[in-house]
Amino acid sequence: MNSLDFQMLNYSALSPEIILSVAGILLMLLIPFVKREKQAKLGYLSLVGIAAAMVAVIAQWGQSDLTFFDMVFQDNFANFAKLLFLFAVAAIIATSIQYLERDSLYKAEYFSLLLFATVGMCLMAASADLIMTFLGIEILSIATYVLAGYRLGEQKSTESAVKYFLLGAFSTGFLLYGIAFIYGATGSTKYLEIAQSLGNQTEYPVYLLIGLGLIFVGFGFKAALAPFHVWTPDVYEGAPIPITAHLAVASKAAALIALLRILFQVVPSISSGWVELLWISAVLTMLVGNIAALTQSNIKRMLAYSSIAHAGYLLVGLAANNDFGAQGVLFYLLAYAFMNLGAFAIIQIIGRQNEETVEIKDYAGVGFQHPFLGLALSVFLVSLAGIPLTAGFTGKLFLFSAAVQSGMYWLVVIAVIASAIGIYYYLRVLIYMYMRDAEGEIKPVDRLSMATRIVIVVMVLGTIYLGILPGSILKLASEAINF
Amino acid sequence: MVSTTQFLVLGAILFSIGTLGVIVRRNTITMFMSIELMLNAVNLTFLAFARHFDQVDGQIFVFFVMTVAAAEAAVGLALIVLLSKRNDSVDIDQANTMKW
Repeated sequence: MNSLDFQMLNYSALSPEIILSVAGILLMLLIPFVKREKQAKLGYLSLVGIAAAMVAVIAQWGQSDLTFFDMVFQDNFANFAKLLFLFAVAAIIATSIQYLERDSLYKAEYFSLLLFATVGMCLMAASADLIMTFLGIEILSIATYVLAGYRLGEQKSTESAVKYFLLGAFSTGFLLYGIAFIYGATGSTKYLEIAQSLGNQTEYPVYLLIGLGLIFVGFGFKAALAPFHVWTPDVYEGAPIPITAHLAVASKAAALIALLRILFQVVPSISSGWVELLWISAVLTMLVGNIAALTQSNIKRMLAYSSIAHAGYLLVGLAANNDFGAQGVLFYLLAYAFMNLGAFAIIQIIGRQNEETVEIKDYAGVGFQHPFLGLALSVFLVSLAGIPLTAGFTGKLFLFSAAVQSGMYWLVVIAVIASAIGIYYYLRVLIYMYMRDAEGEIKPVDRLSMATRIVIVVMVLGTIYLGILPGSILKLASEAINF
Repeated sequence: MVSTTQFLVLGAILFSIGTLGVIVRRNTITMFMSIELMLNAVNLTFLAFARHFDQVDGQIFVFFVMTVAAAEAAVGLALIVLLSKRNDSVDIDQANTMKW
């Protein structure tokens, strides 16, 4: 390579990221010109940015390329993942507008930071180089550290941000050290070059194995896999509710998708070692998440443990290590986005001003007082529990049957037992909603804004649609994993 | 001449000191310094490998790592200032409002 030739770069591969970055920067420039009380409305502008990025992704569906000096993939896998992230972030922004206005958090940098975090996630999905993956993770993380502490006046929020920051930076150290070792073992950080140099070997240098282990630790932290999940409950409880939703859905999905690409494109030749590791981590994650969730009294904390458990189910699909498992992971990530984003949107409304009522006992009587919210939350919880005719059930079915295909019967047995334990704590909320009467005087909840209402309705429809007719999305997912 | 292995061992020692520091210390500033130590151990490892392969790639990664570490420091120290204003202390054990 004699000189950088910028004509050769395929800018369309990165067009969604470019659009999102420009939208984020424009939004920041606009902020001084808007009155404080009106700033939350800028969220609608950021939605325009997201919509433009979605168009850019759809426009490149089906194209495939390796560009930016072999740093970025343009393929359907990245496109599917980007659409998933954009969809999730759009829902989070739409519900955030009402949240910020209600709690008088008039600072529109919030939306810019969310857009930048999305840029990070998109880069993680498209990355073809470990350094690019690292940059993507950091762009995502640094934005979310700030967002977790966005309720400046509140002890819990600050604590949550500091804890997230310290443990996140700590895990970054491990990830980077892993990358350094892989570079040492193979002489490259590019996915395809690493895969090529591994393909020719029969014995693997010890550096490589150490490196892969360290990378798994790094991703384990980001995706909250046991035993690296310890930060999750505190951070999820303290962060503002829409940001909790972002951490639980989008940020976790980004980490798992980056891990999936590494498994399928970088180290397929030594999958046997990986599978053991994933197997153990999947079992631990499912059991820890589901058992710890049983005793929680705070609903945000309960959903934090539930999200750990769901990461465990997704690991079952990764451990299966076949195409069907990868499809299942993509499908389940979408299903999980539908049900969890919906659940968080409702928790945010019922939480009232300043998140006063986020205990499970506060849900007593909600089902009859607010029939719409109660019914929608029931759909989401039933789906999270994995009961048939919902997205949660079909998703789990795909993940577990992929594991059966790979002959991992014990893993599936454990997974089914773990999800049976899970049913208890989801249904407990339903019992509070419909079978207990509210004690004392209760403050009314806010009127739903149009945006929040649309989000809830879309999520309910999505949850049920994926539960009854999973075919079309599954087909899309199978197009996406044609590496 | 210092061999690659010696650099790697030094890197590993620094990384371990950093890891221990994060686990043992309770002062958020010290924890953060330990994290920086870990990142610099990684930089040293990158440089050692870059020298070993006689490539320039590894040296470029170090710049990326330093840039990210600087961005992280900006955000992290701001968060720690916020914590110290609330708690009158930067001790992580006093940040314990949430317990299961």
